[in-house]
Amino acid sequence: MNILFEWFGDPANWSGADGIGQRLWEHLWYTAVTMLVASAVALPLGLWVGHTGRGRWLVTLANSARAVPTLGLLLAASLWLGPKLPGDFAYTVPSIAVLAILAVPPLLAGAYGGIDSVDGAARDAAYGVGMRGRQVLWQVEVPNALPLMLSGVRSAVLQVVATATIAAIPGLGGLGRFIIDGIALADYGQAGGGALLVAVLAVLLEGILALLQRRLVSPGLTGRAVGGSRNDDDSAGPEESADPTVDLRTSV
Amino acid sequence: MIRFDAVTKEFPDGTVAVDDLSLTAPTGKITVLVGPSGCGKTTSLRMVNRMIEPTRGSIALDGQDTGRMDQAELRRGIGYVIQHAGLFPHRTVLDNIGTVPRLLGWDKKKVRDRSRELLERVGLDARLGDRYPTQLSGGQQQRVGVARALAADPPVMLMDEPFSAVDPIVRDQLQDEFLRLQDELGKTIIFVTHDIDEAIKLGDQVAVLRVGGTLAQVAEPAYLLAHPADDFVADFVGRDRGYRSLQFQEAPRLPLRSEPTVTLGETPATDAAWLLVVDDRRHPLGWVEPGRIGGRGVQDADLHRGGTVARSGGSLRGALDAALSSPARRGVIVDDSGELVGTVLAHEVLDAIEDTDRPERDEGDPVHGGAVAVAGDEA
Ligand SMILES: Nc1ncnc2c1ncn2[C@@H]1O[C@H](COP(=O)(O)OP(=O)(O)OP(=O)(O)O)[C@@H](O)[C@H]1O
Ligand SMILES: [Mg+2]
Repeated sequence: MNILFEWFGDPANWSGADGIGQRLWEHLWYTAVTMLVASAVALPLGLWVGHTGRGRWLVTLANSARAVPTLGLLLAASLWLGPKLPGDFAYTVPSIAVLAILAVPPLLAGAYGGIDSVDGAARDAAYGVGMRGRQVLWQVEVPNALPLMLSGVRSAVLQVVATATIAAIPGLGGLGRFIIDGIALADYGQAGGGALLVAVLAVLLEGILALLQRRLVSPGLTGRAVGGSRNDDDSAGPEESADPTVDLRTSV
Repeated sequence: MIRFDAVTKEFPDGTVAVDDLSLTAPTGKITVLVGPSGCGKTTSLRMVNRMIEPTRGSIALDGQDTGRMDQAELRRGIGYVIQHAGLFPHRTVLDNIGTVPRLLGWDKKKVRDRSRELLERVGLDARLGDRYPTQLSGGQQQRVGVARALAADPPVMLMDEPFSAVDPIVRDQLQDEFLRLQDELGKTIIFVTHDIDEAIKLGDQVAVLRVGGTLAQVAEPAYLLAHPADDFVADFVGRDRGYRSLQFQEAPRLPLRSEPTVTLGETPATDAAWLLVVDDRRHPLGWVEPGRIGGRGVQDADLHRGGTVARSGGSLRGALDAALSSPARRGVIVDDSGELVGTVLAHEVLDAIEDTDRPERDEGDPVHGGAVAVAGDEA
């Protein structure tokens, strides 16, 4: 414990190009870029597979890609791509590419699974009232798929935040530097501090995403709208606001 | 007018769900498709809005072949009530109802006003508008389903077992409201049910399908009960069809007798076996036995309420039932406001029944013989 306090307590560790602030910022930055790249690929693909029912094998394939060892892939990508890229790109591009590959399976599974699990009667009704394919997708399928889709996003973010630390091995910045360098220098205060920061960051991001999910998902789909108010009793009404905290569970 | 012309649906697996169906659903009338499970009712219905495409034959809407219309536009012009409501779980009740108007590009305020109006139309409390479907009972959901189908005021409605998910009492109530609504709106409706009683109650015309998807008979309900085309239809319409057919026969002028009455609290001044109790507006409350009361005033607890009450000008079925169910053996007849007009005896109703005509049988076409005549029906 003491070595942790020492490390966090030393103002020199907080500032500068390899200080906590800078590393935190880098970590967030890598996570954001990775999620953007992975989402741009996986979400539209998942929606398309779910909506058309075609190409389900893509989801299976992506899922089996989870078995590929991350570190091996990272090192291979760095060795292969690194020399071809100038400056910092030599570290960032291969790392972010590998992290994005990691983020794709949960995103794809969430988007596909979300659409696939939409109540058949609701989809049928959507076509039945005269919606066209795109309208069915955006007005009915996506809103109903949101809980699973966002669960996919959350688990992808967690995975990227955690795994980005490993990317410090081939030389990426971010909080992983503290862990890798700390271990290499037998500075366990630094290593432990880095690990703690990653954990805190993960919890914070998870909280923010949970709030976002609450805002985006219709109360008709979460437990929030399902109260004891099914019958026509006059006491209905305030029940909607009864329990603001239920159902933030993820299902992936 | 919706016209099925030799329509066949064969699914890719070889199931023939509908076989050579020719049928006309006249404008402004309710045509009910009825038959055992799997006889192709839903398939027939869904071919009208092209949720299912016919394999052979064609369906025309007011003379226009639906096969040549744009699917989405065709569907927006047809109200479709899906079995078990099929509401959108992520939308509030009002937003569910406003779905088609929004697709048609109405402005927001108009959609909202129209949705509110319909909520009331189908007998739901305005407070329910902001709830989500999971917060409604099955019966409420089905009403919302009907409201959604009515929202853009389509001339044609397709309804697939819209009242199936509720208990018999609520169903009866929904059916009555539905008929009242149809009286106002005059839509061209195809209504699917597997319940022959519902078919007979709601249909201006009833089409009985048999498994394999062939039309066994289409006729007005009274005709169907009087002249089933074959054993299958006879079996399907049921054993007490003789009694039920009385429902369609308006009671002719029955010989009503005037009935002495008392009100609650009054002491019966008669030694008759049974005496009718009415309230101060002369609405019948029940029967009492003066002999058992003695010299005191009539109390609520003395009432026998077993008898049904028939409306004068109602059906023979109602009049006969009133007579049969009355403890005094005298059937109570009221006017439209519920006020007592007199009583009638069972044998007098039976005499009236013997004097009425049954629908005439069309020997030429046993299947289509009693169908509703369609004006301007070429071919
Ligand atoms: N997509 C399909 N593929 C193959 N067969 C089908 C399909 N849809 C329906 N069928 C078959 O077609 C027949 C008619 O089905 P349909 O749903 O029209 O019956 P129904 O009269 O509505 O029955 P129910 O009263 O049970 O709803 C049944 O034998 C059914 O199994
Ligand atoms: Mg059906």
